[in-house]
Amino acid sequence: MEKSLMKGNEAIAEAAILAGCRHFFGYPITPQNELAAYMSRRMPQVEGTFLQAESEIAAINMVIGAAAAGKRAMTSSSSPGVALKSEGLSYLAGCDLPAVIVNVQRGGPGLGTIQPSQADYFMAVKGGGHGDFYKVVLAPSNIQEMVDCTYTAFDIADRYRVTVMILADGILGQMMEPVSLTKPEQKPLPAKDWAVTGKAGRNRNIVNSLYLSPEILEQQNIIRFKKYDEIKKNETRAELYKTDDAEICVVAYGAAARISKNAVDAAREKGIRAGLIRPITLWPFPNKEIFDLADKVKAFTVVEMSMGQMIQDVELAVKFKKPVNLCSRTGGMVPAPEQILESIERSI
Amino acid sequence: MSIVFERPKALADVVTSYCPGCTHGIIHRLVAEVLDELELTDKTIGIAPVGCSVLAYNFFDCDMVQAAHGRAPAVATGVKRANPENTVFTYQGDGDLAAIGTGETVHAAARGENITVIFVNNAIYGMTGGQMAPTTMPKQITQTTPYGRDIKTAGFPIRICEMLATLDGTAYCERVSTDSVQNIKKAKNAIKKAFQTQTERKGFSLVEVLSTCPTNWGLDPVKSLDWLRENMLPYYPLGVYKGGN
Repeated sequence: MEKSLMKGNEAIAEAAILAGCRHFFGYPITPQNELAAYMSRRMPQVEGTFLQAESEIAAINMVIGAAAAGKRAMTSSSSPGVALKSEGLSYLAGCDLPAVIVNVQRGGPGLGTIQPSQADYFMAVKGGGHGDFYKVVLAPSNIQEMVDCTYTAFDIADRYRVTVMILADGILGQMMEPVSLTKPEQKPLPAKDWAVTGKAGRNRNIVNSLYLSPEILEQQNIIRFKKYDEIKKNETRAELYKTDDAEICVVAYGAAARISKNAVDAAREKGIRAGLIRPITLWPFPNKEIFDLADKVKAFTVVEMSMGQMIQDVELAVKFKKPVNLCSRTGGMVPAPEQILESIERSI
Repeated sequence: MSIVFERPKALADVVTSYCPGCTHGIIHRLVAEVLDELELTDKTIGIAPVGCSVLAYNFFDCDMVQAAHGRAPAVATGVKRANPENTVFTYQGDGDLAAIGTGETVHAAARGENITVIFVNNAIYGMTGGQMAPTTMPKQITQTTPYGRDIKTAGFPIRICEMLATLDGTAYCERVSTDSVQNIKKAKNAIKKAFQTQTERKGFSLVEVLSTCPTNWGLDPVKSLDWLRENMLPYYPLGVYKGGN
């Protein structure tokens, strides 16, 4: 299989084009600029649209327009920029539109730093827009997965008419690795007969999130949450690494999971039976996979490049059956395998 | 017997949500008549704003998208770029277009985005109960300017047509009014020119329509028209500001 050496940001961009995305709307922000720059080069070659918007808010609303017109559309940004897109994320959900959003996370709060971070977990999984809704959140951990998650993201978006966020970080965005761009076989997807394309030959289509009657809005939200139940059932993804006989289980996603793998191996060399569970979907969260391990292990160690955000979901999943410890670096700092190893040893 | 007057096909057969005496109904009708006459309805996508015309998606009988407050030109851009063969228009009020959505308006024009914007200027936020708009007149009393708009603290009204006319991407912009039969006829011609500008792929087109708000101005419909003439016309001169030849 042919492989190309690509930066994470560029790998996502090329995978999006291969997935049939022809409409990209972005705004400059570090550390995701290579993604938009790649799109600006490639989109004209495939007769697609690259548009540098006047703001993050305009960019996400252009995505809304192209998605409403039935096209695969995407925007990318980094933490403060994604915060600005919150309004659009809520409207995408309220209108049941499929779209893909990339967040190459940097440290915060405020202008923070351009260094990598995982401090947008809450914004991605719990918030990022008003009202009752979720986004599917995919958390790749290497550049090959940046590609694979991009294919998955567009398919999930179209299948369920939801927004899918790819939650990466500055490490994954900037790092280069060999990747295969081979696309998995395309499964059939539902027709976009709801799209606004001009009403010739049919009744008019309306894309809307306004329901003045509370009775109707309540029903709409209940229907949407039934869809979320389907997604939880069908799309929850996690990688289990050396968990079969584990006495201590590390929980980490993205770049932090990659470093944690080294720490797990180092612990094993020292005779500690460590394992790793790596959520690939942060929403839906792999609650069952984690809960099932709670009876087997002595403790969990959550490794995060934040002050500890995912740890709340791990605690909920473990249901206080076992101690859950935090190994954290924040503000753009990255944990070393030694720090994680120390944390594993302390948890025993 | 021949039919001399009927509802334009591009207007849905529903009761609108507009107050008695408000000129939104007239402007809706003009847009619909133009869509009918240019035979555009079947390929048109309208973008509804937030404001009094938030429910415009129920009133125009074409494909519609309801946008977030001020974002209609960005949503329209996405729709138009996705399917350039479609005709795309936004219908926005002054708060939506000239306050929270100023950025989207200016940059859609600067890009020469090939869309049509119908901008209804009634110098007030209607739906939320009559607050000061970016186009509220100096000394005008509103819910949030109870002593009258003080230009020292609340600044000056924005003249959108004059501002957008300075941009190379604006192909056509004209200010019209709904205060008289003669002006309503001119308004329809302007709206037609705006849609033709789009079908001829010339770029961004905008028609600013001076409109009344009897409910929030606290005047009856006839006095509202007088108020528009006396207060708005001198500050917002009618005419073509760009293109239209």
